[in-house]
Amino acid sequence: MLRDASGPAGSPRRGVRSVEAAGKRRGSPPGGVWLETVLLLALDTATPAVTVALHDGRDVVAESTTVDARRHTELLAPAITGVLRAAGADRREITEIAVGVGPGPFTGLRVGLAAAQVLGAALDRPVRGVCSLDVVAHGVIASGGGGRPFVVATDARRREVYWAGYDASGRRLTPPQVATAADAAAAFGQHLSIAGADDMTAPAAGAGPRLYPDAFPVAVEPEYPSAADLAAVVVGGYAEIVEPDPLYLRRPDIAPPAPRKSVLT
Amino acid sequence: MAEQPLILGIETSCDETGVGLVRGTTLLANAVASSVEEHVRFGGVVPEVASRAHLEAVVPTLRRALTEAGVQLSDVDAIAVTAGPGLAGALMVGVSAAKALAIALDKPLYGVNHLVGHVAAEQLENGPLTEPVIALLVSGGHTEILEVDDIASSAQLLGQTLDDAAGEAFDKVARLIGLKYPGGPHIQKAAADGDPTAIAFPRGLTSQRDMSRHRYDFSFSGLKTAVARWVETAERDGVPVPVPDVAAAFQEAVADVLTRKAVLACQERGVSTMVLAGGVAANARIRDLTKERCAAAGIELRQPRLSLCTDNGAMIAALGAAVVERGLPPSPASFASDSSLPVTQVLV
Ligand SMILES: [Zn+2]
Repeated sequence: MLRDASGPAGSPRRGVRSVEAAGKRRGSPPGGVWLETVLLLALDTATPAVTVALHDGRDVVAESTTVDARRHTELLAPAITGVLRAAGADRREITEIAVGVGPGPFTGLRVGLAAAQVLGAALDRPVRGVCSLDVVAHGVIASGGGGRPFVVATDARRREVYWAGYDASGRRLTPPQVATAADAAAAFGQHLSIAGADDMTAPAAGAGPRLYPDAFPVAVEPEYPSAADLAAVVVGGYAEIVEPDPLYLRRPDIAPPAPRKSVLT
Repeated sequence: MAEQPLILGIETSCDETGVGLVRGTTLLANAVASSVEEHVRFGGVVPEVASRAHLEAVVPTLRRALTEAGVQLSDVDAIAVTAGPGLAGALMVGVSAAKALAIALDKPLYGVNHLVGHVAAEQLENGPLTEPVIALLVSGGHTEILEVDDIASSAQLLGQTLDDAAGEAFDKVARLIGLKYPGGPHIQKAAADGDPTAIAFPRGLTSQRDMSRHRYDFSFSGLKTAVARWVETAERDGVPVPVPDVAAAFQEAVADVLTRKAVLACQERGVSTMVLAGGVAANARIRDLTKERCAAAGIELRQPRLSLCTDNGAMIAALGAAVVERGLPPSPASFASDSSLPVTQVLV
């Protein structure tokens, strides 16, 4: 696919907490011509953050992030229309959609995936899935927190984390898993020791270090995935793209019915 | 006359993913994907399994509905979605999908009440209703008597089950007598060879005292326990359980109490039309007894075909069409699904 001739996307903006237009769209590209118009809508609802961004192929042009674990259904649609309005864009101009596929608490995760899949189908645009832990990892690199191997650990509830380990450049070293924080930290420490590292206490991003500081004593930003990071890595071609289907990692919590109890006394 | 607006309805409150297309009271498409097979081995609907299935089914079901109706998405004038009541996680999939669709099409979205949707479905079968109507809704998820004074804006709950839904009672009793899930069709089949008068099972909340406090309410837990006690006693005494008789007598007890109270509601509220809907309304004995008692009481009984009785998207589109026709305002973009949405809230 042809992209901006000037190369990969600009750096994503950080710390934006409300809808804002981050720049004028469709200015002339630095040192080149647009070979293709790109307007990517990115969203992720795998964590308490409902995060949405628009990327025009050169930069993030609007972003909205709100942290509220209980209101994904309420917040997502207004956030999408909000970024479109802030960027002065029409929904028909969207050329592709990117969505965080988790892992994450199922109910919230599905809100984003249902929206992305339906938007893709209704606008007839491709939908690209990216592991939400990878999105956080890209945030670590973008905010200068790389330089050594690190862990991304997000809240999986039930005293567990969703986690994956990354190398200093943000390349994933271990597959996404669900485990207690202590087990996750130990497993990645062992992975690093096998790889010959001296210091086995890897820094950790995501909500994991805030929730489990004993297991993850060294915290790095960001705490949540950012759609701006998601958009940037998809436009830049750095993301591992997967189908836009949920990464649950856990089976449904179900048991066949118990044998019937006697009602005769 | 200009063509009526094309309404697309999305339903995900329980284990059916439904997308329907409707113009006014004309049915154009009713596509449903059911996850019922996935719940069979658990003997009931598992919410997380249902929610996962909804996400997998929502786009394929949407495409199927459009093909069935022979229309394009760009032809759609408005979208309606079940806002509640139902399973919280399941509702969210439909609401999120519907909101995304409203954004993609730039069309108004109406979050509507699932229970009133069941009543609106009848308009797709036999044309516009003349309100007020009494609705008897019986399914695996709900058992209610509603009075609908205006399909688009005014409904009230007269009575409901205090414990199990009628469909759940069928499922649990089926298990007790060694029949499969879902219980409704299996009990009906077994009952065909049985004697409904063979065993006198109790009619919940019909005693004089209960009729003053719970006049239009239902309770099936006592009935379920009575069946269990009867079966266990037979087993303990080494008597083979006459499955057809137990099924027939149980089914008769449910049909009797449902229809008795619904007819009473019509008579006491001065309402001359009854709508029978919900998946359990597929039960032949409940249908027949309702027909018989309505005829005897001079009540017009209306009931849609089975595919419009069970949960579906067309019923939501039908209610959406009524709301659009009335010119009511769309739901705000920030509306939330509500697993216990009261029936008085037809539109959120
Ligand atoms: Zn229903």
